[in-house]
Amino acid sequence: MIGRSYRQEAADVAQTVLTAPKGRSLTQDALRRFRSNKAAMTGVVLLVLLILAAFIGPSLLPYNYEDPDWNAFRAPPSFESGHYFGTDQNGRDLLARTLFGTRISLAVALVATLVSVVIGVTYGAFAGYLGGRIDQAMMRFVDIIYALPYILFVILLMVIFGRNVFLLFAAIGALEWLTMARIVRGQTLSIRRREYIEAARASGQSTPAIIFRHIVPNLVGPVVIYAALTVPEIVATESFLSYLGFGVQEPLTSLGTLIAAGANVFEVMPWLLWFPAGFLVTLLLSLLFIGDGLRDAFDPKDH
Amino acid sequence: MLLYALKRFLTTIPVLWIAITVCFFILRLAPGGPFDGERPLPPAVKQNLEAHYNLDKPLIQQYAIYVGNVLQGDLGPSFVNEDFSVAEQLKLGLPYTIIIGGTAFIVAVFFGIFAGIYGALWRNSLPDYALASLILLGLILPNFLLAPIFQLTFGVELGWLPVGGWGNGELRYIVLPVAVLALPHIARISRLMRGAMIEVLHSNFIRTARSKGLNTAPIVLRHALKPALMPVVSYLGPAAGYLLTGSIVVETIFGLPGIGRYFINAALNRDYGMVLGTVIFYMVLIVMLNLIVDILYAWLDPKVTSQ
Repeated sequence: MIGRSYRQEAADVAQTVLTAPKGRSLTQDALRRFRSNKAAMTGVVLLVLLILAAFIGPSLLPYNYEDPDWNAFRAPPSFESGHYFGTDQNGRDLLARTLFGTRISLAVALVATLVSVVIGVTYGAFAGYLGGRIDQAMMRFVDIIYALPYILFVILLMVIFGRNVFLLFAAIGALEWLTMARIVRGQTLSIRRREYIEAARASGQSTPAIIFRHIVPNLVGPVVIYAALTVPEIVATESFLSYLGFGVQEPLTSLGTLIAAGANVFEVMPWLLWFPAGFLVTLLLSLLFIGDGLRDAFDPKDH
Repeated sequence: MLLYALKRFLTTIPVLWIAITVCFFILRLAPGGPFDGERPLPPAVKQNLEAHYNLDKPLIQQYAIYVGNVLQGDLGPSFVNEDFSVAEQLKLGLPYTIIIGGTAFIVAVFFGIFAGIYGALWRNSLPDYALASLILLGLILPNFLLAPIFQLTFGVELGWLPVGGWGNGELRYIVLPVAVLALPHIARISRLMRGAMIEVLHSNFIRTARSKGLNTAPIVLRHALKPALMPVVSYLGPAAGYLLTGSIVVETIFGLPGIGRYFINAALNRDYGMVLGTVIFYMVLIVMLNLIVDILYAWLDPKVTSQ
């Protein structure tokens, strides 16, 4: 009996030893680190909630963001009337407006980040891959623009071409790519001497093909991290511009526009400031936590 | 060192040239001219105006005239406030912006460095955690949100400080705008300082100093401070730029008669001339501040000049 169970146990051990240990890729490792980061996971949950609220929420509400409720002007938040966040001077439901504003802020952030990623990655990869004088000239150009406060250019564009949401998207994105270009160039410099790039060149592939097929896919890690860190910056920029009156215009609204309107009347109707402000701060906080978490997860030596 | 400063100065020329060129062509790309108002001007009057502002000349010539004027400090006419040129309006606003921005800069650097050193020396203490949350707050709260919150708490609820206005530059009128402007930078500087200080305190030469029997105070002040300051110094250039753009909001919210407010009013009134002039002025200021910071950096770290 004893002998048999002993043999059984030995067989079990052999079994466990023989099943090869499952390897973990770097990405899996990073994701594991990310998942064990409480702040980052809180950020993910908050962001998902905000996205759901912003895109599904408005259709569940009895009020929409632009039509006045003639029975409730300047109404403080209350459960009986169904205006959970109160209404503004024009009787528009603040909850609906805040959710809609969050939607616009998220959309601006998404589009502008995409624009900045596309420009930054292309520019940086070409500069890093081509190297030499071309690289020097391209990066000097980046240094030059870097020294200038781009927000002033955005305001200038808004003043001259009129206030247009799509121009806003494009302008912010087109001016936010500089750091991305620098990071991508640095990474490309270290990749371009690898054997598989040699091989691609030896097999006669064109420069753009090498860049987009062999270099860019290997940049995904740093690009994702930096893009995640760019999003909160863009949200903050958009609300800054909207606050000043150069961003999203009535009847459309964004968190910055709502905060600007609320800040004018916060002594009498404080809810008009606090609710949009709370949404903006939550949004920025969750984006910041996610960005930091991604950076820590993919680049642990940094800390 | 001097050679480096000169070289660094020469690099500002293409920066400013590109900035001015971009601004000029953005302005020329604008749909419609500055004199296409709601009521059309009589053609003769319009022609005279255009001749006066050189708008009838070929584009290249206009560009040359414009660059020449900017180099002489003439930023052109304001299209809305006819009595004042752009340069005159900037001169009116500049002292206020410099007082507010400069004070905020000094406050941010001083408190940031101090808080960073404190956080590094007493890591994971209660004040360190308090500092970390303050940093997070400073990074998250945009200045246009911080300003009304401060106005509400310190101005309205507590009644300690005036909510806005200049009040002949009395200290109590300056406190809130400076606080709003400085807080995010206190946060960033203290974070940089704390990280750098922790790293330096772990390096070999500090261990040597400690094994010689030196106390914490002389170690920090005499040995660790200078190398740990490097990241802070390199942040000062961008910080000056952020302070300037931040002062646009702060001046508007607190009703201070600085350049930022002229800029916003001009932008909202579509006063092209004024907006363009102010943008160029801001750029020159920021590029110059960056230049000063870079030279300061080279002076602190001789490795930079030898490259």
